[in-house]
Amino acid sequence: MNFYPEFEVVRNDSRCIRCRVCERQCANEVHWYDEDGKVMLSDESKCVNCQRCVTLCPTRALKIVKSDCRLRENANYSDQTIKEIYRQAETGGVLLSSMGNPNPLPVYWDRILINASQVTNPPIDPLREPMETRVFLGKKPDHITRNADGSLDTKLAPQLSLSMPVMFSAMSYGSISYNAHASLARAASALGIYYNTGEGGLHEDFYKYGKNTIVQVASGRFGVHKDYLEAGAAIEIKMGQGAKPGIGGHLPGTKAVGDVSKTRMIPEGSDAISPAPHHDIYSIEDLRQLVFSLKEATDYRLPVIVKVAAVHNIAAIASGIARSGADIIAIDGFRGGTGAAPTRIRDNVGIPIELALAAVDKRLRDEGIRNNVSIICGGSVRSAADVVKAIALGADACYIATAACLAMGCHLCRSCHTGKCNWGIATQRPDLVKRLNPDIGSQRLINLMDAWRHEIKELMGGMGINSIEALRGNRLMLRGVGLTEKELEILGISHAGE
Amino acid sequence: MKQYVIIGNGVAAAGCIEGIRSVDAAGSITVISAEKHPVYCRPLISYYLENKTDLKRMNYRSESFYSDNNVTVLYGRAVSEMHADTKKIVLDNGESSDYDALCVCTGSSPFVPPMQGLDTVENKFSFMTIDDTLALEKAITPESRVLIIGAGLIGLKCAEGLHNRVKSITVCDLAPRVLSSILDDKCAAMMQKHLEANGISFILGTSAKEFSGSHAMMQNGAEVDFDVLVLAVGVRANTALVKNAGGNVNRGIAVDEACRTSLQDVYAAGDCTEYHDISSDSVKIMALMPNAYMQGHTAGVNMAGGTAAFDNAIPMNSIGFFGLHCHTAGSQPEGCEMYEEADESHIKRLFVKDDRLTGFMLLGHMHRTGIYTALIRNRTPLSSVDFARLKIEPQLAAMGSAYRDKVLKGAV
Amino acid sequence: MKRIYVKEEWCLGCHLCEYNCAFANSGMTDMVKALRGKTIYPRIQVEQDENGVTYAVSCRHCNDPICVKSCIAGALSKKDGVIEIDHSKCVGCLTCVLVCPYGAVVEDGSGVAQKCELCMKNACGAPACVKGCPNGAIVYEERGEAE
Repeated sequence: MNFYPEFEVVRNDSRCIRCRVCERQCANEVHWYDEDGKVMLSDESKCVNCQRCVTLCPTRALKIVKSDCRLRENANYSDQTIKEIYRQAETGGVLLSSMGNPNPLPVYWDRILINASQVTNPPIDPLREPMETRVFLGKKPDHITRNADGSLDTKLAPQLSLSMPVMFSAMSYGSISYNAHASLARAASALGIYYNTGEGGLHEDFYKYGKNTIVQVASGRFGVHKDYLEAGAAIEIKMGQGAKPGIGGHLPGTKAVGDVSKTRMIPEGSDAISPAPHHDIYSIEDLRQLVFSLKEATDYRLPVIVKVAAVHNIAAIASGIARSGADIIAIDGFRGGTGAAPTRIRDNVGIPIELALAAVDKRLRDEGIRNNVSIICGGSVRSAADVVKAIALGADACYIATAACLAMGCHLCRSCHTGKCNWGIATQRPDLVKRLNPDIGSQRLINLMDAWRHEIKELMGGMGINSIEALRGNRLMLRGVGLTEKELEILGISHAGE
Repeated sequence: MKQYVIIGNGVAAAGCIEGIRSVDAAGSITVISAEKHPVYCRPLISYYLENKTDLKRMNYRSESFYSDNNVTVLYGRAVSEMHADTKKIVLDNGESSDYDALCVCTGSSPFVPPMQGLDTVENKFSFMTIDDTLALEKAITPESRVLIIGAGLIGLKCAEGLHNRVKSITVCDLAPRVLSSILDDKCAAMMQKHLEANGISFILGTSAKEFSGSHAMMQNGAEVDFDVLVLAVGVRANTALVKNAGGNVNRGIAVDEACRTSLQDVYAAGDCTEYHDISSDSVKIMALMPNAYMQGHTAGVNMAGGTAAFDNAIPMNSIGFFGLHCHTAGSQPEGCEMYEEADESHIKRLFVKDDRLTGFMLLGHMHRTGIYTALIRNRTPLSSVDFARLKIEPQLAAMGSAYRDKVLKGAV
Repeated sequence: MKRIYVKEEWCLGCHLCEYNCAFANSGMTDMVKALRGKTIYPRIQVEQDENGVTYAVSCRHCNDPICVKSCIAGALSKKDGVIEIDHSKCVGCLTCVLVCPYGAVVEDGSGVAQKCELCMKNACGAPACVKGCPNGAIVYEERGEAE
């Protein structure tokens, strides 16, 4: 069944200089030049609205707009719902999507407001006063003892030291390009934070950034070997992902080419299928075994992170993880991104990160095991304000990936699964990969984090708080707006005006 | 302090001055200039007639060129004798001057073969100098019928320059084609057609037998009435000074790669010399402005005690008429292969021998042709480049990534 | 002496440098007005090799510039490391095009020669190709000879 294209290419011919940059830059082959008519033409059915042509058009002759050719309006059967049914009726296939859930479900960050000091307690000016954004992730001792000379007697568990409470979350080499990884690695290294390999192994070129690398072990165990484990600063066991809780991963063979297959340690061209479960983990006890195997393999030098998707009984799950010997829990909310996921899973499974985070923090405190682990919050942390709110809800740090991709040029067209990312991020096509120059990509990531660090300091200073430590779990600094009693109860915050 | 003397004040002399000064800032430089003009660009005289330039803009260098370089110029003077053994020259006014190093840049003079009745022609001109040009300009009117003897570079440029200022132009040459020194039959035919389309008439393959007043009779019986006659048959190198001083002279003054003559401390540069053409591996006169400058510069550096060599000379010409441009370089040695691409308004002929590009003729192609020239000049083995691509279009892409890295990733 | 260098690994072959060059040297303030409906004659040329590698070529501002030595009108000169062309003196003989080994001097569409002058004479102030390259593939910096 043919549909009218979702997007229309609007070309202002009076501005078009026929430079054909749009044509050369569109991997979807939307634009082409007609020699006879001396005009640029387009096949809009191929357009994914990635905005590459719009961005590069030197005369602003182009815009991409949403087509207004819609099916008859129906509040129940939306245009998209109907077209998805058509597509499935045609193909019999599972629908695939990329990046985070785009549907208008509640974003609790936007219903939470931050406090500021007035009169009775002074705000702090971050330009004049010291302001600590450094955080340490890992198990904290309940109490410490000191030697006679004042030095620490207590042996501390291994810690990750972050210059600011934000890290780049897992995106595998394969799902994203070599240059995207290079940008992330270089930025993390320059910033004193961490990036995460995802389940794609670590390209040999990036071992030098090991001090700022979190190496992931997931259900497919791709790319995992002793040197890999030892190369990183921490090991993350991935149990689940916010965008697709309960299912595994699938890197199509077409992407498992060259260095990608080498790094994953799989034959070139073979599908890399990560199973839904870890076949050796069916209980917290099993998880504990893997945690300690990994610790044993790396001489207990590295903290172990367990990453789970935010699902219904997340608090109980986190409680179990906190007792498994893991040092850090990473919770990934339902808005988290993905390089490819079944649409129905992405859009319908999991719970909002804000609620999950609050529930986990409360549960671990109630059980007196909060210091057993640090908590990383991920799954659509979009700004410095989201970071501050997450910390006040109980997180030690945040994971960002979509925001990092945006910094590298992503325009959220959500077509990663096609492998034709025009911005050189979610692709392995060499001509597209080179579009992301890591000199530029890493600098933009550094700029973004610098900006966020300034903003975090401003927000904390306004509250009269001068360290992340003092903000963590400080829910008095938050108020809800337009939330129900139940939502406020779960978030553990009062309503604005209270 | 060294004393440098340069005989002549053309582009070779300017090159020599700049060459000397690149090594020796102090030595005294004296230029003996027969013409009463500062160095100017002779090939521009046709552009002057066309109003594309003027006398001021024709100056090769800025007004302060001589003073900036601390050069004494003796205008309107010629050298009557040179003595290489005593390192002395004698001027036409009897004065003499010593030198430590001498450069002969005497150029060439129009050559007029004996033609019957030439003395009966009132309005006859050469076309070499500003003075020739100004005299010619004075003689023409919009009603003038001009006869040009010689369909070479000078004759045809003169025709182009006069085109809009006279009634008719006829060009006559003994050679059967135009630009016979640089073009072969096919290329010449295209150029001739183009010139004819622009109103120039030709009488080729014959020479003038007899003139009487404003009437010319050709060997083949053709007759032409004219008001103005331009003689552009050819030029001869001015070699007498060096020859008389005992220097080695053939058709031109023989010079080596350092631009030395056979006489001690006597150098020569420009149109008066003959030198090695690497494209044909032969010695010839290549009366070309770029080469004149490069010879002069080379001579200057060596005169001042530096080391320079002009060891990759080739003939080359860039010349256009009425919008059809022609680029030629190198030679077509016997046994060479030709690659050709041609349509109605373009011809590309590349000549290849022994894995080298030896020459080319390009009509209507003028985009990045220097890449071809460099292949000849550098004697680049064609097996080391992608010649199939180069044939289609001159491009560094076909030169290999090592060459590209060298020239694009660092200073050159 | 700063010059323009290309980084092949980042060149996308988008040809924006050519258009930015043509615009910068058009003397106009609006790119559409300057370039729409016109054939452009940029002073920088994008090439593509047999492996699909692209890169832009512009004047190298050579230490020993053969174009300057060959100019029959004295219109080309080198000042402070920059090879300049005096358009009032150029008569369009194109000898410079014939001798430049990099193909960096080109005809300007009206019969006379033009070449990269590092945008020092136009309103751009800094090389437009460098400023406009979307991927940092053209840089303006000081370097020694290539190894």
